[in-house]
Amino acid sequence: MQRIGVFVCWCGSNIAATVDVEAVAEALSHEAGVVFSTNYQYMCSQAGQELIQDTIREQKLTGVVICSCSPRMHENTFRKTCERAGINPYMVEIANIREQCSWIHKDKAVGTEKAIILGRAAIAKVLLNAPLTAGTSPVVKRALVIGGGIAGIQTALDIADAGFPVDIVEKEPTIGGKMTQIDKTFPTLDCAACILTPKMVDAAQNENIKIYAYSQVEAVKGFVGNFTVTIRRKARYVDETKCTGCGLCTEKCPQKKVPNAFNLGLDTRRAIYIPFAQAVPKIATIDADYCTMLKTGKCGVCSKVCTAGAIDYKQQDTLVEEQYGAIVVATGYNPIKLDQFDEFAYSQSPDVVTSLELERLMNAAGPTGGTLLRPSDKTHPHTLVFVQCVGSRCDGGEKGKPYCSKICCMYTAKHAMLIREKYPDTEVYVFYIDVRTPGKNFDEFYRRAVEEYGVHYIKGMVGKVTPQNGKLYVQAADLLGGQQLKIEADMVVLAAAIEPDKSARPLATMLTASMDTNDFFTEAHPKLRPVESPTAGIFLSGACQGPKDIPETVAQAGAAASKVIGLLVKDHLTCNPCVAESNELMCNGCSACEKVCPYGAISYIDKDFRGPGRTTLKRRVAQVNPAVCQGCGACTVACPSGAMDLKGFSNAQIMAEVDAICK
Amino acid sequence: MQVNGQFQPTIVAFCCNWCSYAGADLSGTNRLQYPANVKIIRIPCSCRLNPMFILRAFQRGADGVILCGCHPGDCHYTTGNYYARRRMTLLFNMLEYLGIERDRTRVEWVSAAEGAKFAATMNDFVETITRLGENKRLEDLRCKSK
Amino acid sequence: MRDSIETIRRISGVNPLKCMKCGKCTATCPAYDEMEYHPHQFVDMVVNDRLEELMSSKGIYLCLSCFACIERCPRGVKPGALVETVRLSVIRQQDQNHLKPQDIPALLEEALPQQAVTSALRKYRR
Repeated sequence: MQRIGVFVCWCGSNIAATVDVEAVAEALSHEAGVVFSTNYQYMCSQAGQELIQDTIREQKLTGVVICSCSPRMHENTFRKTCERAGINPYMVEIANIREQCSWIHKDKAVGTEKAIILGRAAIAKVLLNAPLTAGTSPVVKRALVIGGGIAGIQTALDIADAGFPVDIVEKEPTIGGKMTQIDKTFPTLDCAACILTPKMVDAAQNENIKIYAYSQVEAVKGFVGNFTVTIRRKARYVDETKCTGCGLCTEKCPQKKVPNAFNLGLDTRRAIYIPFAQAVPKIATIDADYCTMLKTGKCGVCSKVCTAGAIDYKQQDTLVEEQYGAIVVATGYNPIKLDQFDEFAYSQSPDVVTSLELERLMNAAGPTGGTLLRPSDKTHPHTLVFVQCVGSRCDGGEKGKPYCSKICCMYTAKHAMLIREKYPDTEVYVFYIDVRTPGKNFDEFYRRAVEEYGVHYIKGMVGKVTPQNGKLYVQAADLLGGQQLKIEADMVVLAAAIEPDKSARPLATMLTASMDTNDFFTEAHPKLRPVESPTAGIFLSGACQGPKDIPETVAQAGAAASKVIGLLVKDHLTCNPCVAESNELMCNGCSACEKVCPYGAISYIDKDFRGPGRTTLKRRVAQVNPAVCQGCGACTVACPSGAMDLKGFSNAQIMAEVDAICK
Repeated sequence: MQVNGQFQPTIVAFCCNWCSYAGADLSGTNRLQYPANVKIIRIPCSCRLNPMFILRAFQRGADGVILCGCHPGDCHYTTGNYYARRRMTLLFNMLEYLGIERDRTRVEWVSAAEGAKFAATMNDFVETITRLGENKRLEDLRCKSK
Repeated sequence: MRDSIETIRRISGVNPLKCMKCGKCTATCPAYDEMEYHPHQFVDMVVNDRLEELMSSKGIYLCLSCFACIERCPRGVKPGALVETVRLSVIRQQDQNHLKPQDIPALLEEALPQQAVTSALRKYRR
């Protein structure tokens, strides 16, 4: 006979304001099986938990119902409380009377009535609970980082420092990501490459880090502590073990007209290339879309000049399978395509550039060697117009993104400042909607641009850019000055919104990690678990989770690494004991459950059963591997004989809840 | 159920633990209102929903049943919601054959980030059921408490 | 105040509260110099219930209905649609028409299409 205790939490006024907690405790005390019922201000507090523990001992409770906040919040807290008092932690049920009751209703009578029904359902369920014991599964002590930008590199370095092996998978031929393309960083104006490249070299030289560059994740199987990942290593047509990175082939290749992706197509490179001087790994790659040899079979110049004999035109993609205990997603961002915003004439004039293109135009390793020149006629621009929020904060449907891209205000201030410093003869206008500079030394930085460097900040938007006779006619609003401005500019720079990398969506599906409507990965808790995905064993680093600048990305990368380390130091993980279980006496061995199991947790064995009259019968029955089963319950519904049931969410328990609610 | 001469439908919502239950929590956290007629039962995945549970709910006097799960492709268990979708398609056809209005049952995909969608869905569903009125077709009078 | 916003909202199908005051409509407006209230002010005046001032403004008849503001507004506020709604509100008041029907033929330019016709074409092409 079960002895149930009911504990109703006030949660301060969060619950007590719209639910009469005393009435709930009183009503639930009359339910069958309930021997004790009370209410308390904060059940999750030390005193509240002690109240529960003392009552369990005094009243010899066998099960506990807690009417409080969502089980997603404190189920574990109360399970541990009960365990300390000597009853099985799975003899606890939570009635969610905060998120799903007090917070959504205003009328106290309605809230109280609903809370009583939710409490009844929890009591009905707990009466059928059985003690469960969690099993364990081993942890593979190796981590995978997907994406080799600053987020991925920092995460990998931190995990490797703790002594665990880490693999980085990067889809480009080199690690480094967007930060390699950036010239200077705000608000200190130090050179991005100077602080990034040592980290890239560190990653390459660290014996715990293995870099799979020019590779992609093809498939993911398994679960936390035990992922099996297939990595596609794309053919570079260059033998990585032989190439010395001398770069001779990249000078001799006759195919010179390939748009240089590293410089965002502002200049050209050869068909065989090393993206930039400090690339890691420094290995040449043949661009199969442009290579004459691969397309027509006639050329072979690179092969002839390569003294190491590294060129291999017959190279194929290879697949590598590896085991990992944890996976970090660091897939980063890209500026959006601007073809929806033709009023800014981005597609009509080469002198209208995005901010990332401007980074390349101002970088010493960029197409102009660091001198700011107009892409159209290579002349020095005198008037520059910056437009903020291009595609950010849009709410009109298919155009643009609804969120603030966060980094644009600061990098625009940086660009404006650098241009005014280097070329004092220029006039720089920045059109803004709001200047958002929360961050250490950020607002001071923006004010310096205005006060010391004389950048013209104008509240308003640019409506239209018209290219004419080599000039850009900019029509804009000055809202504070109350006038419509017409500026004759030489260059227009657009602060394009940023969006998650296109590879993130298919990856999320492979990882069963959830995403928001903008394709940013969702975190397990927006405030308290910001670097974990709701899917156990998947961690988030950098802009794949939301727009971020470099310091924030590095901070998040370190946080993700510490979470991964916390997982990998464990030898075993406690499994979820709420797994499927087959009743062998009812099972008829039909295989229906095995077919629907996404984890392959169900197998069949031939087992001896006692038959009539001392005979033995051999029967085929299903067996669930509790270490592999994740407890989804697909098999329980597929089973035609009702032999399969899910512990913790059994047919009888859910039916009892249904009955209690419909009574 | 009649309260003060007004019909108050009883509605059971089955929510998967990973997306929809979290979405329901979020609508509470954001203080978005929906009627108290909706009572949520947490299940690990939408594929845990045995058609028997829905029949049981109707038998015991529920006026509407809604199943919420992760969006197709986003299931925590990879494929669970696809199974749920197929099973419910069959079940709803059968219920219609039995004379249960098609609108009394619904499947809706609600992610953990869609608190607003959860509240809107529930408001709409309660309105639909209130319009349909009491479900008497499957109700088992023997189960009824006086 | 809420009432008149609601009326404007119902007629125009636009929520003026979505405006984030970026001024792109004003930047884009080709009739800027002609109008005493500019598109972004227009939205603001609707929000702050200054409808009477707007209705007595000559500017609402100088809007070209080019719909550039509607096309480019990042928030889907459609200032042009609000202008049209205010014009309509004036017409709906008895005898408050800007022009008397008999005055119109004298003002028509043979070579130019009429504003209402152009506006309708632009609106329903979308």
